[in-house]
Amino acid sequence: MKTVAEINEKIKKGKAVVVTAEQVIQIAKEKGYKRAAEEIDVVTTGTFGPMCSSGAFINTGHSNPPIKMQSVTLNDVPAYAGLAAVDLYIGATELSNTLGMEYGGGHVIEDFVAGKDIKLYAKSYGTDCYPRKEILTTINKNNVNQAYMYNPRNAYQNYPAAVNSTDKTIYTYMGTLLPRYGNINYSTAGELSPLLNDPYYRTIGIGTRIFLGGAIGYVSWQGTQHNPSQERGENGVPTSLAGTIAVTGNLKDMSTRYVKGATYYKYGASLFVGIGIPIPIIDEEMLMYTAVANKDIYTPVVDKSGNETYDIKYNYEQLRSGSVEFKGKKVLTAPLSSLTRAREIAATLKDWIQHSNFTLSEAVTPLPKEDKINKLEIREMK
Amino acid sequence: MTKAKIKIYFSKGNVGKPITYELVKKYDVMFNILHADINYGSEGNLITEISGEEKNVADALKYLDELDVKYKMYTKSIIRDEDACIDCGSCTSVCPSGALTMNDNDELQFDKEKCLVCELCIKACPIGIIKVEL
Ligand code: SF4
Ligand code: SF4
Repeated sequence: MKTVAEINEKIKKGKAVVVTAEQVIQIAKEKGYKRAAEEIDVVTTGTFGPMCSSGAFINTGHSNPPIKMQSVTLNDVPAYAGLAAVDLYIGATELSNTLGMEYGGGHVIEDFVAGKDIKLYAKSYGTDCYPRKEILTTINKNNVNQAYMYNPRNAYQNYPAAVNSTDKTIYTYMGTLLPRYGNINYSTAGELSPLLNDPYYRTIGIGTRIFLGGAIGYVSWQGTQHNPSQERGENGVPTSLAGTIAVTGNLKDMSTRYVKGATYYKYGASLFVGIGIPIPIIDEEMLMYTAVANKDIYTPVVDKSGNETYDIKYNYEQLRSGSVEFKGKKVLTAPLSSLTRAREIAATLKDWIQHSNFTLSEAVTPLPKEDKINKLEIREMK
Repeated sequence: MTKAKIKIYFSKGNVGKPITYELVKKYDVMFNILHADINYGSEGNLITEISGEEKNVADALKYLDELDVKYKMYTKSIIRDEDACIDCGSCTSVCPSGALTMNDNDELQFDKEKCLVCELCIKACPIGIIKVEL
């Protein structure tokens, strides 16, 4: 048994033993959980995938005379301004008024992180205290006040693979799905994925310090649709959609290597977000969880046309192999999230910790361990 | 020796005619079929590489014209901005020829030889880095 404080002492002295969530699998196999848990202090995880429920708050600073921004666009992409005068929220999936799906909120965020000038246009009705009714100018990360990413739902703990049963190609947020089960797309960092390495949220909780978009960030809340009560395998790993986290961090410190605007054809815009979470090996149980391998993580297949349901589950080793047998036919499988970059994030976080540039934080409060998902019913107005 | 990559369109009329056999016999050209999508008695297309002596390949194409067989020459090719690629893999599952695959290091691998220039991957790339080059 080790405490997070003890691990931090070792990190400060440059003596912590840190391995990635891929490396730990082999070590656990060779040494056994007990010895590996004694020797390893931290396991780093990583993921880099499209995460639609992402966005950023920006405070632009006040103009003279001042304006209470009512409707705002950033590079022609609408931002939400129903807050105080010059506080905005730009969401990743919002589409450009001029370019449509080609350019969205995710691209605005990437351009902002890149340090580019962003065209700001705002209108208002004008008030006694904020008389200006219109403004056209540019902003960038050096001339605004605060700019922080706030993503209501990221790092989904497991995600169903997608297929298309119809006779037509369909274009979804799970990529292009070819007719008649022509391909299966899946999205995960698998054995490297943060919440799959801490299935019961024993160490990851509200307040946990993380790698976010190339900078330091924090888990700020449970993510929307957090569903810890999902069915789990014997190893504790959920076998479909389960936990999620809301995360926040300074957008100005991030890098476009880990914050990337995306367009899914005929679906719309999104944002690739890079997240890495360190897991303190406080005991043997934690080591066992982090040693989870792709072959132990199962996910269902969902028909994105909504017509069929399937009983089948695949593990990520099967999906990663490039093809699986589905309905008696060999079907090509493709990932949507980048494994090379997930690996890079886990390695970067490992490097930060080894060089004493990042210490671990204990969760201020845990993520909910029980919760359920509600459906939106059509209800009578009373 | 020269090579031409073409897509032959088969209409209801000419499916079943031994066009490729004739070409091989008459003009001593070689066929490397890259992709075939034909149902007997209906329509379809065949993507193939024809190689042989320059004159023979030209004559073979002329013969197709004479037969009124419609075909398209591939003058375009697919390019990908390698440095910008994030290895997400979205393009691999739509590629009908296996030109785009993930290698053992989970990086995207593009085998230009196998590419049919069907352009499906262009739409499938979420960061828009695959383009056609004339
Ligand atoms: S154009 Fe793209 S999808 Fe089509 S064969 Fe070439 S690489 Fe594959
Ligand atoms: S979809 Fe685009 S970014 Fe993703 S692997 Fe293919 S070329 Fe690279």
